[in-house]
Amino acid sequence: MERKKTKNRREFIRSSMRFGMVLALGGVGGLAFRNAAAGKSVWQIDPFKCTWCGRCATHCVLNPSAVKCVHAYEMCGYCDLCGGYLKVGHSDRSTAAENQLCPTAAINRKFIEEPYYEYVINEDLCIGCGKCAEGCTAFGNGSMFLQIKHDICVDCNECSIARVCPSDAIKRINGPDPYLMKGDFSEPA
Amino acid sequence: MRLKTTILAFLLLITSGPVLWAQQQRFPMPEFESGYQYPDAKLPGSGSLAMEYFDVGILVLLLAVTSWLAIKKRSRKWILLLMTGALLYFGFWRQGCICPIGAVQNVALGFSDPTYAVSWFIIALFLLPLLFSLAFGRVFCGTACPLGAIQDIVVVRPVRVPVWVRKSLGMFPFVYLALAVLFATTGTDFIICRYDPFIGIFRMGAEFHLIVIGIGFLLVGMFVARPYCRFFCPYGALLKTTSIFSKNHLSITPSQCIDCKLCKDSCPFDAIDHPTDPKVIGKMKDKTKHFLLYAALIPLLIVVGGWAMSSAHIFLARANPDVYLAHLLVRDPSVMEDLDNLDVQTFLGSDRTVDELVNDATAIQATFRSGAWFTGAFIGLVAGLFLVSQFVIRRRDDYQPNRGDCFSCGRCFKYCPVQK
Ligand code: SF4
Ligand code: SF4
Ligand code: SF4
Ligand code: SF4
Ligand code: SF4
Repeated sequence: MERKKTKNRREFIRSSMRFGMVLALGGVGGLAFRNAAAGKSVWQIDPFKCTWCGRCATHCVLNPSAVKCVHAYEMCGYCDLCGGYLKVGHSDRSTAAENQLCPTAAINRKFIEEPYYEYVINEDLCIGCGKCAEGCTAFGNGSMFLQIKHDICVDCNECSIARVCPSDAIKRINGPDPYLMKGDFSEPA
Repeated sequence: MRLKTTILAFLLLITSGPVLWAQQQRFPMPEFESGYQYPDAKLPGSGSLAMEYFDVGILVLLLAVTSWLAIKKRSRKWILLLMTGALLYFGFWRQGCICPIGAVQNVALGFSDPTYAVSWFIIALFLLPLLFSLAFGRVFCGTACPLGAIQDIVVVRPVRVPVWVRKSLGMFPFVYLALAVLFATTGTDFIICRYDPFIGIFRMGAEFHLIVIGIGFLLVGMFVARPYCRFFCPYGALLKTTSIFSKNHLSITPSQCIDCKLCKDSCPFDAIDHPTDPKVIGKMKDKTKHFLLYAALIPLLIVVGGWAMSSAHIFLARANPDVYLAHLLVRDPSVMEDLDNLDVQTFLGSDRTVDELVNDATAIQATFRSGAWFTGAFIGLVAGLFLVSQFVIRRRDDYQPNRGDCFSCGRCFKYCPVQK
C-alpha cells in the first residue's frame, strides 16, 4: 500500500516536471522561431569591410582555404597595368612569375584587344590571400575581392576565420544568393 | 624607378581608405570593338535548401527508429548498425556541423542579438532530440549523435569509475553549458564548437592540438567509456535533465526483473542503478535532516556562485576580441607602433577611434558582469541540487538503467535471462 503511494507520487512529480519542460521547450522554440530565418544561412565576407589581412588564407579549417578571389568583370577596367596582377614597381608588364603579385600565380592574363587585358582567377590555385584584391582596390577598380565559395566551404557553425578577422568582415547572411558581390559602386545597404 | 614606387605608395595611401574607393570607378569599363563579352563570375550556391529538409528528416527518422529499437525491439545489433550509419553520414560525410550540441549557442545568441537570425533548421536540430528525450530517453545519444557514436565504437575495456568521481565530474557539463551560453550571448565565441574534440577527425584535418585532443579522447575512451559524453558534453546536460523525467524509457529486462544480478556490471557507462541496500533504507530518517539542511543551503550557493562568477567578469570578458584589443591599447599604447600586430594595425587603419573602442569594450564588460552573475547562480543551483540529491534515497527493488545517465546503447539487453 505504502509502496504504491510512493510510486504514484513519484509518477506525479515526473509527469508534472515533464509537462513543465515541454512548456519551457515550447516557449524557447516558439520565441526562437519568431526571429528565425526561412532560408539557408551561410558565412560570407563583406567585401567593403575586408582589409585583405591574409588570415583568410591561413585560418580556414580547410587547406587550401574556402575563400577565393572573385572577379567582378563588369567592374574591371581591363587595365594593361593591373594593380591586382603586377607587383608594385614592376611596370615592365611581363608575365614573368617574379613580377606577379599572386604568390601562387593563380591569375591568368589574356590579351583581348589593344590595350585591354582580361584577368581570370584560377580557383584551383588561389589560396585566398587577398593580395590581388588589395592591389586591385588600391590601384584599380577594386573588381577583385574575396568571397567564401560555397561549393567548397563546409559551413562551420562558427567560421574560424570570422573569429579572427580583424575587420569583423565575416557575417552570416541569409537569402537565396549566398554572395555579397561588389557589382556596382555602392555599398550594400 | 624609385620615384614611381614612391608615387604608387602615395597613391595607395590616399586611396585605400574605404570611403574613397567606394565612390568612383577609376577606370571605366572599356568599350570593346572586338565584341568581347565578359564572362560570368562562377558563384555556385551552397547545397540546396532541400538538403536541410533532408537532414532534419533523417534526424527525425533516426530518433524515431532508435526509440522503437530501444524500447520495443530491444536490439543492440540494430542500434549499433544505425549508430555506424549516422556516424558515417553526419560525422564523416556532412562533416560534423549538423549538430544539436553546437546549436545551443546559436539559439542563445538568437535571443540576445535580435539581428542574428537563427535558421529554422538549427532551432529544429536543437529541439528535436530534447523532445524525444522527454518522450523516450536519450535516444539521440544512442545513435544519432556522431560524437557519441565515435566514442561508443572504441569502447573495448571499460573500467568502473568510482561513484564520487563520476558524480562530481558529471557536474562539469552544466558548468560548460552555462559558460557556453555566456560566451554565445555576449557575442564573444562559440566555445563548444571551438573545442569540439572530434570535428578534426571528421574533417580529416584541423589544427594540430585539436587532432591530438580528439585522439586522446578516443584513447582514454577505450577504457573510460564515452568520456566526452559523460564529463563534458553541454548538450548532454540538457538531455540528462529531460531524460530523467521521460515518459517512456528502455528497461534492461523485457518483463520483470528477478534480481539475478547478471546485468549488474554490463553497462560500460556505470548507468545501471542497483536495488537499494536495505541497510540504507533504515537510515532514511537521519538523512532527512541532512536533506533539509542542504536544501536550505541552495539559495546561499546561488548567491555565492553568482557573486564569484561576476567578480571574475573582467577576466571572462577578456575572451572578447574588442575587450581584449581595448585592454591592449590602453595598457600599453606602444603596441600601436608594432607593425606586426595585425589586429592593432587594422584597428588603427579603420575609422573607429580608441575612445569608441573603449566605450564598446566597457559596454561588453558590463554585459559580462550581469551575464556572469546568472552563469554563477546557475552553477550554484546545480551544485546545490547535486548535494541535496546525495540524501535522497530512492527505494528500488530491481536493476534499472539510470534515466539521466543511460545513453540507450542497448548493451545490457542481452545480459537479462528473463524471457518475454
Ligand atoms: S580575415 Fe577578414 S580582413 Fe582578413 S582577408 Fe579575410 S575577410 Fe578580409
Ligand atoms: S593573390 Fe591571393 S587571393 Fe588573389 S588570386 Fe592569388 S592566391 Fe588568390
Ligand atoms: S565556414 Fe569554415 S570552411 Fe567556410 S570559410 Fe569559414 S572556416 Fe572555412
Ligand atoms: S552526451 Fe553529448 S556527445 Fe554524447 S552522445 Fe549525447 S549529445 Fe552526443
Ligand atoms: S542501454 Fe543504458 S543502461 Fe544499458 S548498457 Fe547502454 S547505457 Fe548502460
